[in-house]
Amino acid sequence: MNVLKSFFLRQNKILIITLGYLFFISDFAFAESEGAHSEPDYIALLFVFMLATFIGLGVVTRVSRLLHTPLMSLTNAISAIAVVGSLILTGKEHPDYITILGAIALFASMTNIVSGFLITDRMLKMFKSKESKKS
Amino acid sequence: MIYSIIQIAYILSTALFIFSLHWMKDPKTARQGVFAGIAAMAVAIISTALEPGIVNWEWISVAIVLGFIVGVPLSKVPLTAVPQRTALSHAFGGLAAGLVGTAKYYLWLETPQELTIFRMVAIIAEIILGFLTFTGSLMAAGKLQEIKWIPQRPVTYRGQNIINLGLLGIAVIGGIAVIVNPVQYAFIFPVIIALALLFGVLLVIPIGGADMPTVISLLNSYAGLSAVAMGFVLDNKLLVTAGALDGSSGLILSIIMCKAMNRSFTNVLFGAFGQVQAAKAGAETRTAKQETSEGAAQILEQASKVVIVPGYGMAVAQAQYRIRELYDLLTKQGVDVKFAIHPVAGRMPGHMNVLLAEAKIPYEQLVEMDDINSDMPQVDVVIVVGANDVVNPAARSDKTSPIYGMPIIDADKAKMCFAIKRSMNPGFAGIENELYFAERTFMLFGDAKAVIGELVKELSASQAA
Repeated sequence: MNVLKSFFLRQNKILIITLGYLFFISDFAFAESEGAHSEPDYIALLFVFMLATFIGLGVVTRVSRLLHTPLMSLTNAISAIAVVGSLILTGKEHPDYITILGAIALFASMTNIVSGFLITDRMLKMFKSKESKKS
Repeated sequence: MIYSIIQIAYILSTALFIFSLHWMKDPKTARQGVFAGIAAMAVAIISTALEPGIVNWEWISVAIVLGFIVGVPLSKVPLTAVPQRTALSHAFGGLAAGLVGTAKYYLWLETPQELTIFRMVAIIAEIILGFLTFTGSLMAAGKLQEIKWIPQRPVTYRGQNIINLGLLGIAVIGGIAVIVNPVQYAFIFPVIIALALLFGVLLVIPIGGADMPTVISLLNSYAGLSAVAMGFVLDNKLLVTAGALDGSSGLILSIIMCKAMNRSFTNVLFGAFGQVQAAKAGAETRTAKQETSEGAAQILEQASKVVIVPGYGMAVAQAQYRIRELYDLLTKQGVDVKFAIHPVAGRMPGHMNVLLAEAKIPYEQLVEMDDINSDMPQVDVVIVVGANDVVNPAARSDKTSPIYGMPIIDADKAKMCFAIKRSMNPGFAGIENELYFAERTFMLFGDAKAVIGELVKELSASQAA
């Protein structure tokens, strides 16, 4: 893991740009196959997962150590992207018990989004430098 | 057509999420990051709502409104309670993933040809990760909130690890059975859920307070991974990307925390802390030197370089505002005051930074352990406020100490050290702190808030005179 981390620190800019670029290309290239709902393209999904993980590792290693608590509440809110899945599940015509399970999931994700973003912003507002304090 | 629009919106949303994390690299741009995150989330929700076939708007609006009703107060908790809130929010994330996985499985059970092996693997991964994150995080939140019926101290019993791993093993074997034959073995599915829920509880029970930063980071990672698994189940790339960002963030934080304690993941999860030392009784009774607040204030007045080492005790005593007053007084006298932050100080990564920032201490003064240690011999006075293990020199010298090898803040190398402490009781891990008996260390006994308050009073009195 040490080797990985130092590698990211050295190469991060080029690496992130390249990976990001690859990532978008792959997303577009495989977008076609998604049109048909019946057979998802698993390889494309795994590709996206792999690349997104590397981008995540690259970006997060550079996050200021001062901000690790806000970082965690921010990623909390970001992982509440489960809202997308819950929304589809709740919204579509399904038996009632499925809708209820979906609605609970939607509620849980919404709570995370709202509280996650609000508290992150609240904490970040407190981080003041010397200069900004004088003004 | 509409499908392509949604996909393009998802790409935009992913890019915004990446920028959101990217801007966290500096406190100056960090708030931009939050706005990027909110924009990304808005794009994701609105474009998903465009999907054809969404009809149950009443259910959706009720859930969203309830989410706001619960979410807004949760964002207003005092900053000392942020670790609990974070754990609670991991629990919500795990719950959402687990429920969606469960619902999808039973939905597809009616049309079994939809239950392909890939989907089944994803569903099983999603529910195991989701539900164990749910109960595990609830336990962690309960421990942090110090709820009465949840033991604070690590709970251990014989064969604990075997039982835990056995449970997980059974869940995985059951999962494989369901994956191979989703229809015939449908009755195993609820059993897997139950085992995952139980495993989450048992996983966190042996974890003590000092390990909380690692465990919270790990649960953060799990919550992200369960969102990734949901993305595989629902064939949704946005879930995969955003979940992977969260998962990798949790992973990096856990690695940083483990390194800061010189321990491995397995050691944190399977080796309850603080058991080793219990037998080391009968050591000679040594006495620590004591100092009064008047004396300490006089010494502080002569100092030109002061370093404050905060720990969880500062948060408990709510001493950060008094520390801020002390900081102001000393800075006015031309003393250079820095704060030395150990990565695992507090109950979650970065906990101390947030508390000190709340007390309006400029973030330039908050210095990482690695950056301050080389300056330590030049420091006139170190004030240890509610920190214990992170300044224990035994970590450098005593091979028998459970914390041996852990990187520490070298408070003992400064010209003088004041340790503020309620009593001589050993800290959380039950390890005696060599620092308190060092030649140049003086104890200031009492509640951190009160002691620093007295220091402030003494200093301002002599300043006025």
